[in-house]
Amino acid sequence: MSSSTYYVPEQSRWPILASTALFLLAYGAGTLLNALNADRGGGLGLVLLLAGALMMGLILVGWFSNVIHESRGGLYSEQMDRSFRWGMSWFIFSEVMFFAAFFGALFYVRVLAVPWLGGEGDKGVSQMLWPDFTAQWPLFNPPDAERFPGPEAVISPWHIPLLNTCLLVTSSFTLTLAHKALLKDERMQVRRWMFLTIVLGMVFLGFQAYEYVEAYHELGLTLHAGIYGATFFILTGFHGLHVTLGTLMLMIILGRIVVGHFDSRQHFGFEAVAWYWHFVDVVWIGLFLFVYVL
Amino acid sequence: MSTLDTTLHAAEHEHHGPAKGVGRWLFTTNHKDIGSLYLWFSLLMFFIGGCMALMIRAELFQPGLQLVDPGFFNQMTTMHGLIMVFGAVMPAFVGLANWMVPMMIGAPDMALPRMNNWSFWILPFAFAMLVSTLFMDGGAPNFGWTFYAPLSTTYAPPSVTYFIFAVHMMGISSIMGAINIIATILNLRAPGMTMMKLPLFCWTWLITAFLLIAVMPVLAGVVTMMLMDIHFGTSFFNAAGGGDPVLFQHVFWFFGHPEVYIMILPAFGIVSQIIPTFARKRLFGYASMVYATASIAILSFLVWAHHMFTVGIPLAGELFFMFATMLIAVPTGVKVFNWVATMFRGSMTFETPMLFALAFVVLFTIGGFSGLMLAIAPVDFQYHDTYFVVAHFHYVLVPGAVFAIMAGAYYWLPKWTGHMLDERMGKLHFWLSFIGVNITFFPMHFIGLAGMPRRIPDYALQFADFNMVASIGAFIFGLSQLIFLWNVIACVRGGQKAEARAWEGAEGLEWEVPSPAPYHTFVEPPKLPESLR
Amino acid sequence: EWTVNLTPGVTDVSRSVFDLHMTIFWICVAIALVVFGVMFWSIFHHRKSRGAQAHNFHENTLVEVIWTIIPLLILVGMAVPATATLVKMYDPSEAELDVQITGYQWKWRYDYLDHDLNFFSNLSTPREQISNEAEKQEHYLLEVDRHLVLPVGTKIRFLLTSNDVIHSWWVPALAVKKDAIPGFINEAWTIIDEPGIYRGQCAELCGKDHGFMPVVIEAVSQDDFKQWLVDAQAEKQSQAAAAERTWTLDELMQQGEQVYLRACAACHLPTGEGVPGAFPALKGSPVATGDVAGHIDIVLNGKSGTAMQAFRDQLSATELAAVITYERNAWGNSLGEAVSPAQIMRLLEPSTGEAEQ
Ligand code: HEA
Ligand code: HEA
Ligand code: CUA
Ligand SMILES: [Cu+2]
Repeated sequence: MSSSTYYVPEQSRWPILASTALFLLAYGAGTLLNALNADRGGGLGLVLLLAGALMMGLILVGWFSNVIHESRGGLYSEQMDRSFRWGMSWFIFSEVMFFAAFFGALFYVRVLAVPWLGGEGDKGVSQMLWPDFTAQWPLFNPPDAERFPGPEAVISPWHIPLLNTCLLVTSSFTLTLAHKALLKDERMQVRRWMFLTIVLGMVFLGFQAYEYVEAYHELGLTLHAGIYGATFFILTGFHGLHVTLGTLMLMIILGRIVVGHFDSRQHFGFEAVAWYWHFVDVVWIGLFLFVYVL
Repeated sequence: MSTLDTTLHAAEHEHHGPAKGVGRWLFTTNHKDIGSLYLWFSLLMFFIGGCMALMIRAELFQPGLQLVDPGFFNQMTTMHGLIMVFGAVMPAFVGLANWMVPMMIGAPDMALPRMNNWSFWILPFAFAMLVSTLFMDGGAPNFGWTFYAPLSTTYAPPSVTYFIFAVHMMGISSIMGAINIIATILNLRAPGMTMMKLPLFCWTWLITAFLLIAVMPVLAGVVTMMLMDIHFGTSFFNAAGGGDPVLFQHVFWFFGHPEVYIMILPAFGIVSQIIPTFARKRLFGYASMVYATASIAILSFLVWAHHMFTVGIPLAGELFFMFATMLIAVPTGVKVFNWVATMFRGSMTFETPMLFALAFVVLFTIGGFSGLMLAIAPVDFQYHDTYFVVAHFHYVLVPGAVFAIMAGAYYWLPKWTGHMLDERMGKLHFWLSFIGVNITFFPMHFIGLAGMPRRIPDYALQFADFNMVASIGAFIFGLSQLIFLWNVIACVRGGQKAEARAWEGAEGLEWEVPSPAPYHTFVEPPKLPESLR
Repeated sequence: EWTVNLTPGVTDVSRSVFDLHMTIFWICVAIALVVFGVMFWSIFHHRKSRGAQAHNFHENTLVEVIWTIIPLLILVGMAVPATATLVKMYDPSEAELDVQITGYQWKWRYDYLDHDLNFFSNLSTPREQISNEAEKQEHYLLEVDRHLVLPVGTKIRFLLTSNDVIHSWWVPALAVKKDAIPGFINEAWTIIDEPGIYRGQCAELCGKDHGFMPVVIEAVSQDDFKQWLVDAQAEKQSQAAAAERTWTLDELMQQGEQVYLRACAACHLPTGEGVPGAFPALKGSPVATGDVAGHIDIVLNGKSGTAMQAFRDQLSATELAAVITYERNAWGNSLGEAVSPAQIMRLLEPSTGEAEQ
């Protein structure tokens, strides 16, 4: 290891403020949800939640501008850069595991639980409790269809989802092209490819939103449509949230490129967001296969 | 980056002591300050969780309902488990890592110091939220620390929503803490400190951090599904919609089993530092220790359903999880044998840290044996959800994890404070704890085998005698922890000056710097001492 | 009493389990003796105060391989009998008697599937013993109002499920512990060798009164079992007859109080005050003082998504009428109105035997 000094930042107010914001967010969300559940208005909860969200937003801006400032001030050694890289990679790994939990749930219900309820397999006796139930996937008729009315139809993979797959895969390519351009310091090209990537992400989100509206209003595919709806929305929902976040981050990076940040040697901020974007893309491929196609 | 710039910065650091006032603790980016925060926080949680345990033991002193009603009893059990696991043991290990990892590897600080501060400061908020549920309508979470659906969804008190968000916050904190430790160990080692020279405490923590990053998100996932079931009408854990309550258990234990190793691997690390010091002999089988730790971690992902043997798993599954679980005894055995071999033909002395470490080896192994008995699926049908399980996990957690933490604290206190501790009081603490812990938890094996289920506030008459013994033991053990508090405070405030190498046989970078360790230890990467070259 | 070990039990399976338990226990003891033996030997002989000098060996591949292989072999030795016992437990052969067991918060319901017979089994230890106002009797907390009567020497299959949360049905003497999971059915079986009373408990945390839902099995000879079935059918008839006659308000109140304390007081409390945030009060509540039809409906059919169960199958028509009458007239809810068993009978008729939510 070459570098001999390592930048240790001075005291910082951001973390404790961020903890406070997180607390407000969580406490507010809890209060709001409980109020809604008890059919009370969400007054205080909503206020806390919004205050927390606003505060968190401001803190993130402040904290990151601090980091960016230090980075541009040349305080970070190569070793520091490696720390950030390790940090980002392991963060993405944690996200992988987060999605793994939901994929695991999907596989479990499809392979084990639903067939058992329908009388197949080792715990097939369970069907005694649901004599009218037949196992199928997608699950149109949950065991208790009164409480959980199943969807009338599910989304065909070959329309919007296929299109969305193409969009996201393309966006991964355009982002890579942007990176290539950055490595050659062709800043105009970088901007162009970045812009395209963001547009692709936004179109993806638009389609996804459209699909949700359709699911709710035309297909009866809702959160309470039994386990199909539950797994469908938790997987596509969290993925959508990640795309949203990714798009926002890409916008920030584009902004930074426009004001002249990054060069062919130093652009970890760019790379981190790119990794994230590729990860989101890979998750989508998994979704496309296991949620829509199979 | 210009060289001038960096030297300036280095110079600036050297003159920097800690800031004044509370600001020092709120805004700090210093790994030692953050380590202290973690350790104090964990001690506070240990006492709160311990008081809850004492309430449980007081109610169980005699059959009949005396002190609390059953609903509140369940809240105590739940909060005790949660607070001890997430509030006491895990933060204590992170605190020790914060203090020691940078010193052991010759790093100036943790890799991401501001995030380090954030990881800590989330915790007090998360636990404030968790504890506040005790005062809410409907009471605190009452569904056990394992919060099985649908007791924790459809049938839960409203406070479950706050519980879920508190768990999310703890998860964020742990993941960031773990990322920091990994980045530090992988990236900030002093020149020459190769991976196979890393002190074992760092190795075990590296692997623990990997486990944390792998499973805390899964825990977040499962509480998120709960949240959806409770508030958004989904049916993950409800057969009426095609879900399955058992799905909850699979996801929970996929987190939960690695979690128990998260609570023991760093303890292995601590013990592996202490035994060589007081045996004045190098650790036996360093390499196999590393491989054993890694094997335990890998196996820990394949055994989760041993907590669910009675839930109705097909035969093949039952067999797979039984065999996989039994296998863990092999690498764990390797560790135990290595510790014994380290003592063999050493030159041993028995200062307080060593006493705790020795008690750890014996009592943890006893806990491991009962674990192995639990792993035998057909017999687990008899043991499951009885006090035999409670005895098992308290043996691995209290004289296991907690003793290791105390051993570590006694071992490193001289380095932290610059003072040797009062050996007499240390030994008193040890012996009272050792006796108390066994009086408390050993009889639980018997009541469990005799058939007493766990999580009950009242019991049949044939369990009465041993329960009384256990309760008396719990008060002995609990109250003797006040001596620990006294010892720590006394050691912070004064005592015989500690040398750089506070213990005669201690080896490693942390013992090369003065005691107390300077606020910024290694501004320049250090040269490795002879023993590590 | 200082019971220290597992019961060998009264079935073939339970005895294999016990043997397995002892075998593994002694293996662990033996290993412990060796490991701790070496350790204490070192502690005594290789201490500095006795002038011990530290040697400096610190690895030895051969030893390390040996102490990896030997434990592995020991484990294989344990796995063989364990697997055999487990396979025995999963024996799929046909059973002669099917009993469906349903967990409720906090009682068990037993359905003899081939005999059109079912009943609930509640804890019967008096409240005063639990609250230390009366002396505790021998089977404190392990006694119920109706035993699960089973024949010996018969292969019995248990079909376990639950009406609300997860429970776990456990009888140590049979070495049967199986979770009762709402919406699913788990199977277990047993062949009891000796007549006798065998006691167990719910083993999975299922809420407030998890500690108060015991299992009591009365194993009887096959002839006695046949006779018992006949008697049980007769009793069912006479209960139905009781509902036909007219009941006075006082009679209903009296019986109602008993039923209330047994079936409702666990949540709504003996005083009818409930637990804020968890279980609603009945004292002065809109349900218990309002329209009687609504009150009857919620008692009969429960309220989905809450802990309020459907009591239509749990209580007889008379008991239902009595308890509703009681709730409308106790604790100052003085409506002076009696609900007659006959009235409830009529409501119960159209749908029967539908236990599931
Ligand atoms: C620090 C925490 C910790 C540790 C290290 C362990 C270690 C082990 N645990 Fe434990 N366990 C818990 C914490 C822990 N456990 C908790 C908290 C629960 C309950 C959760 C709840 O329900 O609330 C639990 C429950 C639990 C169960 C479920 C019981 C039930 O609910 O029915 C099982 C079953 O297999 C089990 C097994 C094991 C095994 C096989 C090990 C092994 O790792 C032990 C290995 C060690 C040894 C075996 C000793 C040393 C070895 C030798 C000297 C070598 C030679 C030995 C032989 C060849 C035999 N544990
Ligand atoms: C690391 C984890 C850990 C630790 C350290 C402990 C420590 C203790 N535990 Fe616990 N325990 C669990 C983890 C832990 N436990 C878990 C996971 C469960 C399962 C929960 C569930 O079922 O869901 C459990 C459950 C559990 C039960 C079973 C409850 C039930 O099934 O109903 C019991 C019963 O005896 C018990 C007892 C104890 C006791 C006596 C201690 C003692 O060691 C505690 C000693 C400490 C003290 C007593 C504090 C001392 C301080 C003072 C006395 C000073 C007071 C001063 C001030 C306030 C300033 N624990
Ligand atoms: Cu039913 Cu515990
Ligand atoms: Cu486990």
